[in-house]
Amino acid sequence: MSAPLIPSLFASCRVISVALIAVVNAIIRGLAVLVPPLHGLADWLESNPVVDVVAYLIAAVVILLWVTLVNLLTMMWIERKFYSRIQDRYGIMIGLASLPFWPFNRLKRGRSHLGMGWLQNVADGLKLFQKENLTPALADSPMFHTAPVFIASSTLAVFAVLPFSSGFRFAEVPLDLLFILAAFSLAPLGILIAGWSANNKYTLLGGMRGAALLMAYEIPLLLAVIALAMYSGSLNIATIVAQQQAPLASLGPLVIPSWYIFSIPQFLGFVVLFIAVIAEMERIPFDIPEAEAELVEGWTTEYSGMRFGILFGFKWLRALAGSALVVYLYLGGWDGPVWFSPVVAGVAVPILPEEVWFLLKVYLVYLVFVWISWSVPRVRIDQILNIGWKRLIPLSLAAILLAAFLQTLGVLR
Amino acid sequence: MPEFWVNMGPQHPMTHGLWNMRVKIDGETIVDAQPEIGYLHRGYEKIMEVRSFNNNVVLTDRLCYVSSVTWSHAYCLAVEKMMGIEVPPRGQWIRVLALELQRIASHLMWLAAYGPDLGLLTSLLWGLRERELFLDLLQLLTGQRMNQNFPRVGGVRNDVPPDFEKYCRKIITHFEMKLKEYERLFHDSKIFRMRTQGVGKIRAAEAIDRGVTGPNLRACGVDVDLRRDDPYETYAEVDFVPQVWTEGNGVGDSYGRFAVRFNELRESCKIMLQALGKMPDGPYRIKAPRRAEGEGFARTEDSRGEALFYVIGDGDDRPYRVKIRSPVFSTIHAVPIMLRGEKMADVVAIIGSVDVCVGEMDK
Repeated sequence: MSAPLIPSLFASCRVISVALIAVVNAIIRGLAVLVPPLHGLADWLESNPVVDVVAYLIAAVVILLWVTLVNLLTMMWIERKFYSRIQDRYGIMIGLASLPFWPFNRLKRGRSHLGMGWLQNVADGLKLFQKENLTPALADSPMFHTAPVFIASSTLAVFAVLPFSSGFRFAEVPLDLLFILAAFSLAPLGILIAGWSANNKYTLLGGMRGAALLMAYEIPLLLAVIALAMYSGSLNIATIVAQQQAPLASLGPLVIPSWYIFSIPQFLGFVVLFIAVIAEMERIPFDIPEAEAELVEGWTTEYSGMRFGILFGFKWLRALAGSALVVYLYLGGWDGPVWFSPVVAGVAVPILPEEVWFLLKVYLVYLVFVWISWSVPRVRIDQILNIGWKRLIPLSLAAILLAAFLQTLGVLR
Repeated sequence: MPEFWVNMGPQHPMTHGLWNMRVKIDGETIVDAQPEIGYLHRGYEKIMEVRSFNNNVVLTDRLCYVSSVTWSHAYCLAVEKMMGIEVPPRGQWIRVLALELQRIASHLMWLAAYGPDLGLLTSLLWGLRERELFLDLLQLLTGQRMNQNFPRVGGVRNDVPPDFEKYCRKIITHFEMKLKEYERLFHDSKIFRMRTQGVGKIRAAEAIDRGVTGPNLRACGVDVDLRRDDPYETYAEVDFVPQVWTEGNGVGDSYGRFAVRFNELRESCKIMLQALGKMPDGPYRIKAPRRAEGEGFARTEDSRGEALFYVIGDGDDRPYRVKIRSPVFSTIHAVPIMLRGEKMADVVAIIGSVDVCVGEMDK
């Protein structure tokens, strides 16, 4: 068992909000000596609704920065570093020591590219910011400009409810799993819009492929979730994770938690969901909408500058959400594998906080995705449809049937 | 969607050079295809008429930068036949050695380029990694990584450097170990086989009709290899087996073409080891006459098929007429047959397996 580092994101942000407003109010009340009506403004600022709204805004900023500045960059770093090692090369190496100004450039000249490479993606992003945003002359300009916003916002909507631990989450929605799946499947619409509006044959083919791909993976993905819902009886992530904390077996002091991956029908569902999530992320065995070999860059061909950067970078956010989905549903969520819990003065001390367990698992699952996608070629559009309809859907239906059968018999797990 | 033409080229990741494959598609299915070549035409046959026999070697090197030695060797062979001179045995063995080194380097470049076509970027880095070893060997032997300018009319530029045999054996041993890794990446990969098997089929008769030669024809099950059928240099004394893909029953697909080239990597290593063992002492070059008259004709087994040179001399120190027959030039016109009826994504799987080199195609 473990505890969250941040018991409640909103409560923490509310403390910050109160402190912030107190500082502002100190100034306002100082001015109110001269202008008495300002007392009313200060009273209004101190009222609960205002404090709550400011707390929500702070929480939104915190989650946005946490997701895009920390997790997005870490996901990119993991991928680029790991596949570079697969390919027998160093990979990205620009780190803090490579920064060209005072406290960092202490290393000798020539040693600047020997870091761990975490800042390379920042540098790439800065480069993309400087690039010109081109719009093709015959493109459908409003649609062409809407598509990146649509894709980015639908991806960020996932993170509105995606919990990083039992406390570290922006919004608590009773059916948050459903919300995540719904927001997740909006992006192919953006792909279709982008592909159609750019008025380019490659992007058009890429957009059409995106729509066809959606048909292939979305149905098995949802069917696998249905098989899981038969066991969990809930579409709330916190409930599903809590159910997986029950002990399955114990080997002496070691207790094995009953993660859903350990039951037979859910294992089938895990396989289906794992493969479908690769397609959801547009990773290499199934990245046919942007097959760069035949479609140049697929549906992103005509985008340039930071608009391309957003489309490109948000793929990693979708990868983060996809890996998180696998972890929630089958790998125990933010709950660590309970090997031992040292008890200090009558209190069980967690080995690691929930957030750390969760991110460890997510990155590990993501590493497997990266590993797969850099060691196999890309499949063809008709083959992915075959895999989706002829392999994954029967498999997920079998998982549902088996889950229902075992559920009725009462031999759960 | 109605049928429409898609230009895959001249600036396109698929093309591996400057040419255009126009593809007419109905949804994702290819209805028709039409190669457009000539973007890289440099008029080699004409330029060679104004340069002396030995100066032309530097041009023929650049016919295909991936496979320089084989091309300049074919040219030298034709000129030697025209002059009626014969290269001393040591020179011939050194040529065999350099040819096979170049063939491996060329096939590795193809292997490196074929992976990204299918979306497997790892093979690009792996292929180039091993190719670098063979380029190092070529550099040791000839002094250059690429565009070596090594074969000369009457022999080769220089003798084998000391310790070359030691490095060569070491690298071949290492390479044969790495080939097992490649087999795990390609042969054992279900998705790779899904993408290549049964894709880009062409019957042997159709291939012969269009002048397809070399590995692409051997992939159709036709047992033809000029190194054995019409031996030049000392290939008659070398014990090797031309790699033929017979599992297609007279029909070559992308996997067959892949397998033939892949197996040729091993076979070339064997030839190199034999050349190292059998190389006699003696001169490696004889003095060639400056002027010559007559006709010379040579055909060799290039990395991509049958290279042919026809040289006429009119008693001057430069050729009166040179004719180059490029294997890719013929093969590229058999590609529409392979493409029709396949999917859009197969364009790369097919053209990559054919191994296009635009330099020699456009001359």
